[in-house]
Amino acid sequence: MEKIIEIRHLKKFFGENEVLTDINFSVSKGEVVCIIGSSGSGKSTLLRCLNLLEMPTSGDILFRGENILEHNMTNSVYRAKLGMVFQQFNLFNNLTVIDNCVVGQVKVLKRDRDSAKKKAMEYLELVGMSQFINAKPHQISGGQKQRVAIARALSMEPEALLFDEPTSALDPEMVGEVLKVMKHLAKSGLTMLVVTHEMSFARDVANRVVFMDSGVIVEDNTPEVIFNNPSNERTRIFLKRILDN
Amino acid sequence: MAVDATSPFFDWVFYILQNYWPLFLRGATVTLIISLTGTIVGFALGILIGVVRTIPVDQNSHFIKKLGLKVVNFLLLCYIEIFRGTPMMVQAMVIFYGAAMVYNIHLSPLYAGIFIVSINTGAYMAEIVRGGIISIDKGQFEAAHSIGMTHAQTMLNIVLPQAIRNILPALSNEFVINIKDTSVLNVISVTELFFMSKSAAGNNFRYFEVFLVTCVIYFIMTFTVTRILRYFEVRLEGPSAYTIHGSQTVPEAEIKIMGREKK
Repeated sequence: MEKIIEIRHLKKFFGENEVLTDINFSVSKGEVVCIIGSSGSGKSTLLRCLNLLEMPTSGDILFRGENILEHNMTNSVYRAKLGMVFQQFNLFNNLTVIDNCVVGQVKVLKRDRDSAKKKAMEYLELVGMSQFINAKPHQISGGQKQRVAIARALSMEPEALLFDEPTSALDPEMVGEVLKVMKHLAKSGLTMLVVTHEMSFARDVANRVVFMDSGVIVEDNTPEVIFNNPSNERTRIFLKRILDN
Repeated sequence: MAVDATSPFFDWVFYILQNYWPLFLRGATVTLIISLTGTIVGFALGILIGVVRTIPVDQNSHFIKKLGLKVVNFLLLCYIEIFRGTPMMVQAMVIFYGAAMVYNIHLSPLYAGIFIVSINTGAYMAEIVRGGIISIDKGQFEAAHSIGMTHAQTMLNIVLPQAIRNILPALSNEFVINIKDTSVLNVISVTELFFMSKSAAGNNFRYFEVFLVTCVIYFIMTFTVTRILRYFEVRLEGPSAYTIHGSQTVPEAEIKIMGREKK
């Protein structure tokens, strides 16, 4: 399978603190990869390094075989090819729901406003938010915001979509609506990389589950193996603690 | 109406109003022109400087960009500190007479006044705008970057609209201060309201009556300005309701939904 993203020997320091230690890992087209692990294990940092919101200290990021860190592509061109969905939604507060999905298409992809609007409507329909196009972010609920954020990322038609704990800031009753949309996207063949604490999502939807602990990838395998027969002791302890709760 | 030194207070006030209203009017107009232009130019200047001073640099930025920004930032900081740290009255003297003496530029007092108020306001607004920009949640920048916007696009489309809305109260504050502080420009003979009042008072040796009228005129100007700007602030908040649009499932829906309470 064609590899979309490949990471080689990635390291990240925050000052003296080594947050990521020699990460090697790749995502192929159409794959849904879930990254699990306890807080502070470096999952989010890894994701943020991938689209350069954090600059890796060393190592290579290859996007379709091209080395991103060697300046042969500007950061913004590269970022537009990877969508990102944030824990805190981060909808643009000054724009309506539809404009949140339009602004990137017009300014970055240079689409004309009408076709951008059409595209945005298509994806807002997909996440079930097409009725709220004129609402401002502060007027809708958390789950609705996150669905709009997903539509905003999709409107850019990225090669892969990164999710950084997309349901962690949501009220329990809103988690379902967001997971439903994500499941639908996974089925439709979108390449997804999801940092999550939703174990049932990882088990049911992911093709691969990556377990991280203190800055290293401990285990990278199919969900069946990770959840039923993990090879590493640390994975076992983590899953036991999580699943017992 | 004839008045003399023994006439009662209100007779004098009426006399002054009757005979000097064109003078007050001209003075008030000049005051408004200077403070309005000064506030607008200063605001624009402040936005420009605030934006430059918040350009991010990281370890991957080019060496020349880093050095250039350092130098520019230093110069801007000098400008801000000097103009915030000295009285406008003194600046007016230095600039007006300095320009004439050193560069042989003879500014008209009106233009000199507008210039001085503008760069003064610019120095204050630069810091206000910078504060407005850094108070915008980091997530807004990250979200914009994550869909591929450059720093400039992020500023223009996402951050500045929010920052400017947040600093509007500070802008109207600055406008009010400017209306009042243009009075110091009488030292370079700008014919603004205070200057005009002084000549009206001097002609009649009636300082209390004249300046009471001046006081009222200043208050009317500042009060009107704050009301007008408050109106704009409210309008910029946008409607508190939004419309639900028809979709395939609910074709005719056009319902107004009341907005949620803001945090």
